[in-house]
Amino acid sequence: MQRTESIIFARLTALLPLAIFAGLCSRVPAAVGGGAIFFSWDWIPGIGVNLDVAVDGLSVLFGLIITGTGVFVVLFSADYMAGHRYYVRFFAFLHLFLLSMIGLVLADNLITLFVFWELTTVLSYLLIGFDNKNESARSHARQALLVTGAGGLVLLIGFLMIGGIVDTYRISALAEQARLLQRQTNYLFILAMVLIGAFTKSAQFPFHFWLPNAMAAPTPISAFLHSATMVKAGIYLLARFHPVLGGTEAWMGTLVGVGGVTALLGAILAVGQSDLKRMLAYTTIMALGILVMFLGGKTTPALTAAVTFLLVHSLYKSALFLVVGIIDHETGTRQIESIGGLIRSMPMTTFGAATAAMSMAGFPLFLGFIGKEIMYAGALTEEMFPAFATTAAVLSNALMAAIAGIIAIRPFLGPPRQTPRAPHEAPIGMWLGPATIGALGLVFGIFPDWVGRWLIQPAVSAFHPTVEPVQLKLFHGFNEPLLLSFLTMGLGLGLYLVRRSIRGWLADRMARLPVTGDRLYEMGMAATARTAAGLTRFIQNGSLHRYLLTIIGVFTLATAGIWALNATTRPGLLHLPSLPLAQWLLVTLMAAALGVVVVARSRVLAVCALGVIGSGAALIFLVYGAPDLALTQLLVETLTLIIVAIVLLRLPSLDKTAGLHSPGRWFDALVAVGVGTLVAALTLAVTGGPLDRQLTDFFEQNSAIAAHGRNIVNVILVDFRSLDTLGELVVVATAGLAGFSLLARRRR
Amino acid sequence: MNGLLVAPIIVPFAAAALALLGRRRPLFQHVSALTVAAIHLVAGGWLLYQVHHQGIAVLHVGGWPAPFGIALVADHLSALMVLITGVVYGAVVVYSRAEISADDIRRGYYPLLHILVGGISGAFLTGDLFNLYVWFEVMLMASFALLVLGRTRAQIKGGVTYVVINLFATLLFLTGLGMVYGMTGTLNMAHLHLKLRAVADPGQVAAVSVLFLTAFGIKSGLFPLFFWLPASYHTPPVAVSAIFSGLLTKVGVYALIRTFTLIFPFGSSGLQELVLAAAALTMITGVLGAAAQSDIRRILSFHIISQVGYMVLGLGLFTPLALAGAVFYLLHHIVVKANLFLISGLIRQRGGSFALKRIGGMYARGLLALLFFIPAFSLAGFPPLSGFWAKMILIRSSLDSGQFVLAGVAAAVGLLTVYSMTKIWNEAFWKPMPTTETAIVQNRVSVWMTAPVVALVLLTVCIGFWPEPFVQLARTAAEELLDPMAYVYTVVGEMR
Repeated sequence: MQRTESIIFARLTALLPLAIFAGLCSRVPAAVGGGAIFFSWDWIPGIGVNLDVAVDGLSVLFGLIITGTGVFVVLFSADYMAGHRYYVRFFAFLHLFLLSMIGLVLADNLITLFVFWELTTVLSYLLIGFDNKNESARSHARQALLVTGAGGLVLLIGFLMIGGIVDTYRISALAEQARLLQRQTNYLFILAMVLIGAFTKSAQFPFHFWLPNAMAAPTPISAFLHSATMVKAGIYLLARFHPVLGGTEAWMGTLVGVGGVTALLGAILAVGQSDLKRMLAYTTIMALGILVMFLGGKTTPALTAAVTFLLVHSLYKSALFLVVGIIDHETGTRQIESIGGLIRSMPMTTFGAATAAMSMAGFPLFLGFIGKEIMYAGALTEEMFPAFATTAAVLSNALMAAIAGIIAIRPFLGPPRQTPRAPHEAPIGMWLGPATIGALGLVFGIFPDWVGRWLIQPAVSAFHPTVEPVQLKLFHGFNEPLLLSFLTMGLGLGLYLVRRSIRGWLADRMARLPVTGDRLYEMGMAATARTAAGLTRFIQNGSLHRYLLTIIGVFTLATAGIWALNATTRPGLLHLPSLPLAQWLLVTLMAAALGVVVVARSRVLAVCALGVIGSGAALIFLVYGAPDLALTQLLVETLTLIIVAIVLLRLPSLDKTAGLHSPGRWFDALVAVGVGTLVAALTLAVTGGPLDRQLTDFFEQNSAIAAHGRNIVNVILVDFRSLDTLGELVVVATAGLAGFSLLARRRR
Repeated sequence: MNGLLVAPIIVPFAAAALALLGRRRPLFQHVSALTVAAIHLVAGGWLLYQVHHQGIAVLHVGGWPAPFGIALVADHLSALMVLITGVVYGAVVVYSRAEISADDIRRGYYPLLHILVGGISGAFLTGDLFNLYVWFEVMLMASFALLVLGRTRAQIKGGVTYVVINLFATLLFLTGLGMVYGMTGTLNMAHLHLKLRAVADPGQVAAVSVLFLTAFGIKSGLFPLFFWLPASYHTPPVAVSAIFSGLLTKVGVYALIRTFTLIFPFGSSGLQELVLAAAALTMITGVLGAAAQSDIRRILSFHIISQVGYMVLGLGLFTPLALAGAVFYLLHHIVVKANLFLISGLIRQRGGSFALKRIGGMYARGLLALLFFIPAFSLAGFPPLSGFWAKMILIRSSLDSGQFVLAGVAAAVGLLTVYSMTKIWNEAFWKPMPTTETAIVQNRVSVWMTAPVVALVLLTVCIGFWPEPFVQLARTAAEELLDPMAYVYTVVGEMR
């Protein structure tokens, strides 16, 4: 009972994307007129980041795709995830993702866009790892986060550089600065940053490997995030930046090259899969490659092809993913060879699968056919590498047709097979999505000019203002694109027929590839861990001696270096001060005691020698007329000597420590002498001039008159600088407390 | 009303004395600590309000005008730091109620905590270089005592490394003080700003400034001076490591910022480059150190280092935006880092350990998962959480200064922070609890421990979603730092 209620409640949450969908629909007429509306709210004006919103044809199209598929994905998930332990969390993540995605396509501020961009990355992480008990889900979630997160940081650098050059983050203000940006010496750098960001998100070669691994997510998530929406964020970004950074040779060459390679790679790898879901993931990579390739162009047909295919793909791919989800859910397997004859038990699912697959294969009357025609027209007019683009498009489409056949024919026709669960039709909430979306591909295909006028053209003109109207038609006449379409179908049919041998051959080849993105990622992770461990073991090796040696050595070098760099006068040789003989004797005595400390093999002897040095210091104070200081010094010295001597009695003798013959000791000596010399030289240098007596004079004059004390030192301690004395008292008290707590017996 | 400047110092000290009197009454100690932390927080808030509306506040202690007496000074930076200290102080005091053992309380936990906070506040407020030294001593002694309070072998070992290296920093600081006094005859920071300009040999001034750079660099955990930090921060009780991680190194960063804007503004050649190089290497070694760990508190400790690198990067770039970024980073980091340590205590309560391979299954605890996720991803710099804005401002300033390499380092270190945070998340939260472990798992976590974590998480979310006031405060602080004449004039007046 409770379960039914939560399912109903979950279904009701589909009203949220539905409401946004309706709101966006109301913007369509304005977008057709080419109008964009802008809103802006202050957010962080201090750093130029505001909640700027722009609603134009491109954002409306993306928004409709996001919310449209969103509604069905929510309905689907309500049943698909029923009974899951983290049911509520699932829908929280899903809706948060949906809202972030909407924010991403509506944002008109680079940084605001980036905020949503990263939010989708994080939610994708949480959703890929949703099956948290599964080790591969966890590590693949992290992989996706690290790859897209790295791309995100690169993208941020690009955005911040753009912001630095044009002095605004407003996206709608960038197009008019396009010439300024493209003339920058940094243009190629900025372009690389933005493209890497888009390529990682949209799974372009060589960053594509995270996407198939992301299939560890629950199937509705794969349908929504990893085929229909999030991976299109990179595409959206490329479209948005087309008028800003696009149109140059670097842009066109990179996009056509990378997109084409990605498309071919994705299509080939897809054929090699036997898991339905992974197969779909690779076809998504292929589709993303096609989209990138066409965004590389700058003619209206090429860009129209990109936008049209974006819609085509979102429709059929989300439907097919949901179909695979149903198959998995109802039969317990997604292995292509173990399923068959599902048409009898699952008619509605079959309908969704068939319509979606026919759109994917590009059958006439389906939107996929229109998409393919315009694609070939676009490829033929590409400014750079039209032959390559056309070949890539034809080959990818042929492979796609073959895969459509594999997915739609194999599991549904033929004799039924034994599956882990007896197949039966899914609940309506689950088949409604694929059936509706699949049917939409047919309806749109029959009325292409309607789609073109209301959805495609406004979106294209939003980032490609020089509009030469391109109409989507059911039939464009006998021309090159139609010929290429026939060629594609023929190739696709051929590939379908030889699919089994190809799959075996490909799987074999793939297993033997020396380098794959996945393996590079693993190697990178291992190298990072190794470097980190090695470096940290080296730096933080636990030896206090080494730590001090490093600190003192670095200090000496840095100080000497900075001194030398800034010195206006060369420090000459030290002038030997003219001292009376008695004082020379004192200094000599202290030096000798120091020598004893260093070479002494007995701790007690070393401590006694230290005492000599301390007492010598007291004598120096006495000589220079500070009897109270001398007294203090003597007291401290005596106490220290006694305490240290008591402690030392409990320590092992020095005999076992390294002696003079060890090179390490000589290095220690070098550092010690170095730091000593440096500090001595610096002290002599800075005290070379006469002392500024401004403060001293004040103390001398005011001590008796204003502070009523004759002993200036006392007055300084208790009056002029009483806060210091308070602090020192606290130190002494704390030391006492610390000593007490260290030595006190543990009770009970 | 400038007399209030002394409150954040004196009130905790008074509380320490009071707590010593009631040493055997834990409840009394706790209630008095809560009261004092609340007073400290209010005083900090009031101070910031005053400074923001009436300008820099100065208190000449004992009525002796600077530079003859000691001046306490609050500008935006100081007031912000005192306020944030109050926040962490309050959170830690509440947390201590459930976390600190009766044994530790008897041995003087609360008095030591109060003394530590008094010292920290003093360091933020003083306008006198020697007085700063005194507060550093107070902090060192109190923190050492807190570190070894439990008297375990690990604590003593970490404590020795901690105290020896920090004593060396103290020694350098004192030597530097002597030299500065020898050159100028004064110790007041504002006065030094004027006097040091008049010193004939810039080489000497530059060389002496390196003494302070090294001393404060040790305190703030800069590369290659940070050894004491990873050696000790994972050993004391969680509440102690939380206040250490939030505030101690940040006092060092504060001192660096204060010294190198007011006393030794980067005029000498090589110094700025040195600071920038240290910042970059600190970020890198810190984050790699974290990547090598598999114990939550050790991971968090190394991340303190890498993030100090970001703050010092802001100082090194020395532009208004960069310094504002450093200040913003300080505020964000103190809240998030102290909180993550507090959360590590919650995780230990649930899982019985800090070691990632021995715990798991925390994902089932929805609240705990949320409480960890927000500060962890804020630390990793994901928007729209506070860490993102901090990182973004610093990367933008690096780019504006043409420092592409530093911008790249800052971004890459951000990625490695994600690496570490997801390591904790994947292991402690997503991974099922290892079946071999028969941990002593407490099913009830005290509300005393959860409440401060929730409060700090809310603060992080607030800074993240509504950063404008914090950005404005940081910008004002940066302007004051880069143009210290108002500060100097307020403190020493016409005195030249």
